[in-house]
Amino acid sequence: MTGLDRFRDAFLKPELIERYLPDILSGIAVTLQIAVAVVVTGLALGLALAVVRSYGYRLVNAPVIVFVDVFRALPPLVVILIVYFGLPNLGVNIPSFAVLWLVLSLVLAAFAEEIFWSGLISVRKGQWDAARSTGLSHWQALTSVVLPQAIRICVPPLTNRTIAVTKNTALGTVIGVGEIMNQGTSAMSLSGNATPLMMAAIAYVAIFVPVVALGSWIERRFAWKKA
Amino acid sequence: MDIFLFQFFNLDIMRQALPLILDGAKMTLLLCLAVIPLGLVGGLMVATGSISTSRTSRILTKGYVDFFRAVPPLVLLLVIYSGLPFAGIRLSPFMAVCLAFFLNASSFYGEIFRAGVESVGKGQWEAARSTGLTWMQTYQTVVLPQASRNVLPDLVSNTVEVIKLTSIASVVSFTELLYAADMARSVTYNTSPIVLAAILYLAVLWPVVRLVSRLEHRLGH
Repeated sequence: MTGLDRFRDAFLKPELIERYLPDILSGIAVTLQIAVAVVVTGLALGLALAVVRSYGYRLVNAPVIVFVDVFRALPPLVVILIVYFGLPNLGVNIPSFAVLWLVLSLVLAAFAEEIFWSGLISVRKGQWDAARSTGLSHWQALTSVVLPQAIRICVPPLTNRTIAVTKNTALGTVIGVGEIMNQGTSAMSLSGNATPLMMAAIAYVAIFVPVVALGSWIERRFAWKKA
Repeated sequence: MDIFLFQFFNLDIMRQALPLILDGAKMTLLLCLAVIPLGLVGGLMVATGSISTSRTSRILTKGYVDFFRAVPPLVLLLVIYSGLPFAGIRLSPFMAVCLAFFLNASSFYGEIFRAGVESVGKGQWEAARSTGLTWMQTYQTVVLPQASRNVLPDLVSNTVEVIKLTSIASVVSFTELLYAADMARSVTYNTSPIVLAAILYLAVLWPVVRLVSRLEHRLGH
């Protein structure tokens, strides 16, 4: 057996690829579902918090700011473990994929709030004043004058952050969510061969290389043009 | 409420777990002292490669950056730690983490440094070269200092991400902060040790996160 054959049998053995392909594919489905769910709830919650913050009630803003800071400062894996092991002790049993979805949504919401908020305050105050003076309410001024201008600036950083948070779906393997990495590592220990692990890694590369490329394209497309 | 306090803020358990967790915190610190400089040096190399006049060098660095920015760090770490032994390369958890972080962090830092170098005007290069400095001298003493200052918020913010990311070293049984806390949790059947670890992360990173927000707003990012 030549060196190349040995390498192929350790990392990309055809029989094992065939045997474990269904597992990896189901992992891909789980990863994609959780990623999409996280993006939707995380961005929506982040935007909602930024809008709430724009009303400027100090009592409401303090907890929002604390939430944002805490979730930006904590490693996601730490929060995942606290929720995963802590909730059952309180008598709340939620499945591990829901824990992953919940925690990553909160993390994305925290980063998104910060970005939306920076966008909102980057719109000149005159825009607010002008909009309000025509008789628009705070909500109307926000949604039809300020937000449309703010969102554009938010797109590049939001894209990057969203990609970074969705890559964290791989952390689900630690709490047994049946995503790509989990399928790959359990098949690896079953078969005693690195092939399933390599399949999982290739699946991640196949999903995220295009996503990151799309992200850079969006970043250039929406770049702040210097006058 | 009592159950909540007992499960998450149990002072007795926190006190018992404290020595173990402090040992873990020391290892996290050690890990940061290894992987942050590794990432910064790697990032400078990547940035230098990506502004090179050689087309091959530019294409290679772009491929490197695009690839390692796309792979989730945990996937990279597991491939290095559990996959490489099948090729006869067995790394200790510490070395595996260092290698994974070098590959990951150097591509993120590299992109930041590249943006910084590109933000320095062409006139700076020309003026420095016309005084007789070589390309390398110009790059090191004129361009890089300005470049680093221009991208300081991004450098700090990426460093926060790297520090947070060291928590995944627990997955390959490196006895850092989160690993120690999780060990204490599995012995006590109580979540308080991990909450204590979270408090330590917050104590260090919260001020930095605030600082990053400040820097970003001041520079009008």
